[in-house]
Amino acid sequence: MDVKHVKTLNTQTLNNTVRKGGCGECQTSCQSACKTSCTVGNQTCEQKK
Amino acid sequence: MIHQYKNNGYNIVLDVYSGAVHVTDDLCYDVIARLNGQNEEYTAQTLREPDVFEGLKKAFQGVYGEGDLRDALSDIIELTEQGQLFAKDEYECLIDEVKKRKTVIKALCLHIAHDCNLACKYCFAEEGEYHGRRALMSFEVGKKALDFLIEHSGSRRNLEVDFFGGEPLMNWQVVKDLVAYGREQEKLYDKHFRFTVTTNGVLLNDEIQEFVNREMDNVVLSLDGRKEVNDNMRPFRNGKGSYDLIVPKFQKLAESRNQERYYVRGTFTRNNLDFSEDVLHFADLGFQQMSIEPVVGPETDPYAIRKEDLPVIMEEYDKLARVMIEREKEGKGFHFFHFMIDLEGGPCVAKRLSGCGSGTEYLAVTPWGDLYPCHQFVGQEEFLMGNVDEGIKKPQIADDFRGCSVYSKEKCKSCFAKFYCSGGCMANAYNFHGTIHDTYEIGCEMQRKRVECAIMMKAALS
Repeated sequence: MDVKHVKTLNTQTLNNTVRKGGCGECQTSCQSACKTSCTVGNQTCEQKK
Repeated sequence: MIHQYKNNGYNIVLDVYSGAVHVTDDLCYDVIARLNGQNEEYTAQTLREPDVFEGLKKAFQGVYGEGDLRDALSDIIELTEQGQLFAKDEYECLIDEVKKRKTVIKALCLHIAHDCNLACKYCFAEEGEYHGRRALMSFEVGKKALDFLIEHSGSRRNLEVDFFGGEPLMNWQVVKDLVAYGREQEKLYDKHFRFTVTTNGVLLNDEIQEFVNREMDNVVLSLDGRKEVNDNMRPFRNGKGSYDLIVPKFQKLAESRNQERYYVRGTFTRNNLDFSEDVLHFADLGFQQMSIEPVVGPETDPYAIRKEDLPVIMEEYDKLARVMIEREKEGKGFHFFHFMIDLEGGPCVAKRLSGCGSGTEYLAVTPWGDLYPCHQFVGQEEFLMGNVDEGIKKPQIADDFRGCSVYSKEKCKSCFAKFYCSGGCMANAYNFHGTIHDTYEIGCEMQRKRVECAIMMKAALS
């Protein structure tokens, strides 16, 4: 993409995962580290490991 | 929905519905702000209408030249065309599907011991007893729990089991026996157990370390940071601090796992609002994987985080982010759980819409086999869902949790961070508002800040 004023940090967009996602193999959210809050955005998709 | 902010010299534009993250110059940042303020529904087509450019020229007369504005608008149109700016909400229509979806149980939190050898002042488990009696889970109950998990896991292969407490090392033989049982069963049913253990380290020894390293996918090591901070909140029952006993054991364990697949996990309270010092203390002790969480408690608790503490906490997160960038550049980087964000390979939309999984995909099991939506609900009788002998007796509780999402919570609708926290912790919402369909505002403020810092760090290190 030829843009001069913007640097985009990611190429994937969320809507691309609508059809492909949902396999459910990922971990539950607060199981492995925090146990007192919910953080989903820092998890890695099991398919992309 | 577009969220813009400036942090540490970076102009960040987050396009919420596409998840695209843009770092822009001042010109483009200002133009996007102007356009988004005018009309959040712009499309590439409507941005090309002559009025738009004319409006920008007027608005930025004497600030930016015509050529620059034309360039910026051209970039913005291109990003919009690519679906990376002014992206529309394509997910709300999916929410009914998410609510109705058939879920399987994929994770259990086994309360292997409702007893503890520390007396941490903020413990939601009340020194391990969870508003009830001291108890250790028997092998029989644990075995039934694993059978229950396998039976209700459908085609899901990876099953997570966390040995939790109280302090699980106080019932270590049962942990070992359950791991052995799980390893037998996974072969029979083509499953894979990912075991984890959360421990305060008091009873950690070489034998346990060796077992943990062989069998546990992850280990959570509870420690609060600097000695005085830790010992103030995490004393033994006789009041003596736990830091000196525990830290060397944790350091040894972390090294023996090659600094991977573990977290040193602490809690900060209003007694140590300078918690970035505790995170850095962990790093200085040699730990590379860490998490320090804000304590959650009613304002009547003297150590609880209050609304008026938020400005200091925000500054601490900013400071921590800046130091972490420096350390990363010096080759001394480390992971802070709440600044970890995966912009490329992060969770899919379905995961982000369905939230943490408590009550549906994740349940907690008490020492006597009762089932609750998660470890934080244990002991609250209105959330008792069933038991390992009879299974789920109150499916309506699971339905209520399944129906909870960023679209069922009014406050989430306008929040830019909704696809990063997925509506937040339901236990926190319940504890503050008496319903899981709400949010814990102080927690939300901190969550938003952490997302902003995490993204800024990506920009700085890209």
